[in-house]
Amino acid sequence: MAEKNIPMREALRAALREEMIRDERVFVMGQEVGAWDGTHKVTRGFLDEFGARRVRDTPISEMAIAGAAVGAAMAGLRPVAEIMTINFAFLAFDALINHAAKVRYMFDGQFKVPMVVRAATGWGNQATATHSHTPEPIFAHFPGMYLGCPATPADAKGMLKAAIRDDNPVLFTEVIALYPKPGPVPDDPDFVLPIGKGDIKRAGEDVTIVTYGRGVEWSLDAAETLAREGVSCEVIDVRWLRPLDLPLIFQSFKKTNRCVIVEESLPFYSFGSEIAAQLQEHMFDYMDAPIKRVSAMDVPLPYAKEIELMALPDAHKVVAAVKEII
Amino acid sequence: MSDVTKTTLTRAELIEVYHQMVLIRRFEEKCKELYNARKIGGVYLHLYNGQEATGVGAIKALKPTDHVITAYRDHGIAIAKGADVKRLMAEMFGKRTGVSGGKGGSMHLADVNVRMWGGYAIVGGHLPLAAGIALKSKYNDDGEVVLCFIGDGATNNGYFHEALNLSAVWDLPVVWLIENNLYGMGTPVEVSSGQPELHKRAIAYGMKDFGRVDGMDFFAVYEVAQQAVEYARTSGPVLIEAITYRYEGHGVSDRIYMKRVEEMQTFQQRDPLVVMESKLRAMFPDIEPELAQVEPSVAAIVEEAVRFAEESPTPTAEDLTRNVYA
Ligand SMILES: Cc1ncc(C[n+]2csc(CCOP(=O)(O)OP(=O)(O)O)c2C)c(N)n1
Ligand SMILES: [Mg+2]
Repeated sequence: MAEKNIPMREALRAALREEMIRDERVFVMGQEVGAWDGTHKVTRGFLDEFGARRVRDTPISEMAIAGAAVGAAMAGLRPVAEIMTINFAFLAFDALINHAAKVRYMFDGQFKVPMVVRAATGWGNQATATHSHTPEPIFAHFPGMYLGCPATPADAKGMLKAAIRDDNPVLFTEVIALYPKPGPVPDDPDFVLPIGKGDIKRAGEDVTIVTYGRGVEWSLDAAETLAREGVSCEVIDVRWLRPLDLPLIFQSFKKTNRCVIVEESLPFYSFGSEIAAQLQEHMFDYMDAPIKRVSAMDVPLPYAKEIELMALPDAHKVVAAVKEII
Repeated sequence: MSDVTKTTLTRAELIEVYHQMVLIRRFEEKCKELYNARKIGGVYLHLYNGQEATGVGAIKALKPTDHVITAYRDHGIAIAKGADVKRLMAEMFGKRTGVSGGKGGSMHLADVNVRMWGGYAIVGGHLPLAAGIALKSKYNDDGEVVLCFIGDGATNNGYFHEALNLSAVWDLPVVWLIENNLYGMGTPVEVSSGQPELHKRAIAYGMKDFGRVDGMDFFAVYEVAQQAVEYARTSGPVLIEAITYRYEGHGVSDRIYMKRVEEMQTFQQRDPLVVMESKLRAMFPDIEPELAQVEPSVAAIVEEAVRFAEESPTPTAEDLTRNVYA
């Protein structure tokens, strides 16, 4: 199958464009998605190609963007709404949690909500406290809405297509730092990666590292360093926080009996907490060492570069955590 | 004041309208009785007594293919849109045969078959959904209109602003209908709204303002709704404010304040059922026999609904986990 080496932003753009060509009901809406070409240029050229009916600029109205996407999806369209960055999705929290995630259940299956909300995520680059969230776990807390976050351009394409084709609401977060990073991406317009399927990004024997999004890069760097010191790490990218590929994690853990969880987000009530709880509940007999978590520090993110970086996870911190349990 | 002699509705249609209004009143009275007898459960039961002319009048102006969505005070609206009364009562009882499978309860009545998109219990939450459903009509150019009921209290949260503004910039076919029953829970409109003439909010959005209408008079509501629906179908969103009154507390279990007793007497002199009845008598001097049949017919329908609800099975463990996802 033919592949191209393209940045994640282009992989996302290809996925979206192909789905819009494939299915007339798919359309995009959000702030600056049209005339501005998208804040992150994922919808570059869409307004010219698809016109204003299917490429809909919105006011700065997060509640209405998410809520109107719910209504349009219930009524039979397949909206892909863009929230400029996940930081602004807090304003849309009610529409996502009380409506997108619940209308199907609350009305006992009378409606489907085939919508995707795309939102850029991730902190760093001195974006400061209000603009530096990676709150995926909060949104993944609630049944009824899926949450995916790709780590590579190929995953981005295959996962976004799966999200658009699925009949459930999906919050799809895209790590800002990964937008420009290139990788091989299949040209196939039907390249779809199933929802809820994680991926072993590096196979290993001694320690399982469970992560997603930007944590994949740090974990792979750490695994490389550790390999030179004779420690073999298996890096699992869950890709989806909901549904979560627990079988893949358990299978790896049965082999390594050790686990480090790497997350860009905060440590309290977190991704790491959940995976650790799942492991002790289901894998206690296989556990040879305490579960370690590498997370951001439990502070709002400051401006000054020196202390901002202190608060964030990185490959060194992953290496240190692995060394503590081998 | 509306000129009843100009109505295009036939005598048979008018009797049907009156029948529906009486049905709503008796349904609500029965719900109250059953709630007090603890046969209907839940913390909340918001009754529509007093507001019948508004719901029935506005919905009568729609085609069957048009859409209705409302807040949690939804029993009367669901009946007016044609939902099955037996299944509505079964929902009150939390039965499997309820319109929402016993999972939604009194505040979440939807019936997709009659395009009743539901009651929604987060104040304002359904407004962007209405915009989204209307976007479907616009997108497909199918000529369908969405009628969205809004409480006076709901005009003060962000959803109202964002959804109405979005409907205006996108020219969506929505009739926004404020049911001004003078209170949001215990707070009077003048205390919560800087501009208590709520229809004037339309001006802020560049939206057609259809002004205030007497929400206790079916003919008045029907007449303005007809114009509004036609306008929305061809030219974009409109706002109407109906002045009406709820006879019960906010919920049945809430107490009614002294001030409200006097106020209520004023409104009850213009009770929607009484107004309708006397207008029918004036229009058709020989209508007495038809009028006399209404109460017994309604009583039989309500009684049958209660029996159906009582005899229906409760949801099962399987139902508990069904329809979380599509
Ligand atoms: C976002 C939100 N805030 C508060 C409430 C609690 N609450 C339920 S109904 C209500 C009053 C709403 O009044 P109004 O919109 O006038 O509708 P009415 O009950 O008069 O039909 C309030 C405050 C809620 N359900 N949702
Ligand atoms: Mg009110």
